[in-house]
Amino acid sequence: MLTIRDLHASINGKEIIKGLNLQINAGEVHAIMGPNGSGKSTLSAVLVGNPAFEVTGGEVIFNGQNLLEMLPEARSCEGLFLSFQYPVEIPGVSMINFMRTAVNEHRKCKGEAPLSAGDFLKIMREKQSIVELDKNLVNRSVNEGFSGGEKKRNEIFQMAMLDPKLAILDETDSGLDIDALRIVANGVNQLKRPDNAMIVITHYQRLLDYIKPDVVHVLYNGRIIKTGGSELALELEEKGYDWLKYN
Amino acid sequence: MQQYTDFFKSQRQKIDEACTPLLNSFREAAFDIFQRTGFPAYQSENYQHTDIADLLKTDFGFYIGHYKIDINPYRIFPCTIHNLNSYKSFLVNGRYYEERVPDLPRGVFSGSLNDFAREYPLIFTKYYNRQANTKGDGLAAFNTLFVQDGYVLYIPENVVVEKTFQLTNVSGGNIDSLTNRRILVILEKNAQAKLLVCDHATDEKPVLAITQVMEIYAGENASFDFYDLEESSLNTVRVTANFVQQEASSTVTANTITLSNGITRNNYQVDLNGKQAEIRLSGMAIADVQQKIDNFTCINHHVPACQSNELFKYVLDDEAVGTFSGRIIVAKDAQKTVAYQNNRNLLGSSRCRMYSKPQLEIYADDVKCSHGMTTGQLDEKALFYMRSRGIPYAEAVLLLKFAFTSDVIKEIRLEGLSDRLKFLVEKRFRGELIKCQGCI
Repeated sequence: MLTIRDLHASINGKEIIKGLNLQINAGEVHAIMGPNGSGKSTLSAVLVGNPAFEVTGGEVIFNGQNLLEMLPEARSCEGLFLSFQYPVEIPGVSMINFMRTAVNEHRKCKGEAPLSAGDFLKIMREKQSIVELDKNLVNRSVNEGFSGGEKKRNEIFQMAMLDPKLAILDETDSGLDIDALRIVANGVNQLKRPDNAMIVITHYQRLLDYIKPDVVHVLYNGRIIKTGGSELALELEEKGYDWLKYN
Repeated sequence: MQQYTDFFKSQRQKIDEACTPLLNSFREAAFDIFQRTGFPAYQSENYQHTDIADLLKTDFGFYIGHYKIDINPYRIFPCTIHNLNSYKSFLVNGRYYEERVPDLPRGVFSGSLNDFAREYPLIFTKYYNRQANTKGDGLAAFNTLFVQDGYVLYIPENVVVEKTFQLTNVSGGNIDSLTNRRILVILEKNAQAKLLVCDHATDEKPVLAITQVMEIYAGENASFDFYDLEESSLNTVRVTANFVQQEASSTVTANTITLSNGITRNNYQVDLNGKQAEIRLSGMAIADVQQKIDNFTCINHHVPACQSNELFKYVLDDEAVGTFSGRIIVAKDAQKTVAYQNNRNLLGSSRCRMYSKPQLEIYADDVKCSHGMTTGQLDEKALFYMRSRGIPYAEAVLLLKFAFTSDVIKEIRLEGLSDRLKFLVEKRFRGELIKCQGCI
């Protein structure tokens, strides 16, 4: 589904990703762990096409297409989704309007007619229940005044609405209390299917207790320095990243 | 300026011909003022970015006398707004156009300025030109000098009119022309009314210049909602001077919206003369290409315990120029004044310009006053967030611009109008609006 070969990326002339390789297949859940500043969030930003980052080398193939040549909106319609570490507040744009526009743009890409208002609301109510999102939130402006937990739940709600092929969860667990973590993780697990895949970026083993990864990667200084099974996460939790740096 | 004073002296008879003697009786004094002061000087403190004398220097055809009007506004501009039931009136090139006389509540007058002067000479004399004469500059005097007709809304004491009054100004013709029109609104004690004024141009080609003086008198405990919506042409020059005088416990809501225009200057001078009077003054300006919008506001808190709340938002693009001046003067004895002012501007290109000047003069010491001004570009983070959800760039820009204007639209308390405006603003941002869609 996703193939990254020798990816290099920088921000303001400073190289952050320094030759990264990664292969993700349908049905897999990959966890990416690593210390602060190792390039985890940069990787997710580059994959979704954040214009603040510059790709200086390598290639990314997503569903047979050159991902790096696509506009951010085209990447989304192709089935890529990022759950933001820091979801953005958009005062004045209601969640309903925002989501309806997004869903209908996705439908347009697939050659489908826009949803009727009734059908849209029905789907929205259904997906809201996945992350137990307060039904009143959808009448408010996007993320405006949402608590940290509500913002993260809102990200997973959007993921449910857009039904991506590959979802990247960028530190979705940060800032969540235990209950919210469970709700978010349950939501994510409900969206897992054999034909989609996920990249879970996290600092902690905690989230991986709920979302079982098939593969765990350790990112350090812009490269993947170790790859293993889910037991690698446990080992990291116990020994810390220093253990890897010196081995 | 010379051309206008000469014109007045030589054409006096023609100017007076189609007007009532009472209306004409105000011209001499206005002539003296105009001859003395002329048009407000360009780059003077109140006119830093709009040159009135230059805008009105063209050799315009004047709409004076009994002009044969071949525009039937009922056909061209029925201006029916869904969900808004209204008493409709029209001014065609400044002259009141009457086809049907609406069935008005007892004592209420909604009609032509000349008719009002004839039918209610005492009230006319009491109010007409009182504010314009004492507070206005050369521009107001110019209007009084040449005015031919206009619209009057008079609501007597204790009368509450629920239904909205809707005045549609239609300007058009084949030659460059200048229209001088007048609006007079009088609400006596405890009276309530709502007025929507829509400005339209029928023709794109000739330069259509308009001066408009509006005087609003809100008596004790009166309530008046005023919405001014400009949808004219690129060749329209619109200069308005709006005077508001409020007595104790009166409430005035004024909302001036420029959806499409050429060059516009709106003056608002508000005098809060009675305790607990409240003004909510807001505006929205959308401009692109070479459009110019200059809103000048001055709110005078003369007495204690009054409130003013100002909100002006501009969305500029291309080479558009926006100006906002917000003067608030709190007199020495006007304690417990509450005055808020907010001006937010969104610039869509690197070539458009915004001039903003908040100006608070506070001479009392127990007041709550604040002002805020920001001028910036679209939020890049929000744009990217939306694109990452599959919303194309152009659509994301539209959503953000639309969101930016939403709080001004929220100030509108006419449900049918706010829905209509949402529709029109979206069309405007999509570049689809040429004329008011509901009017054709």
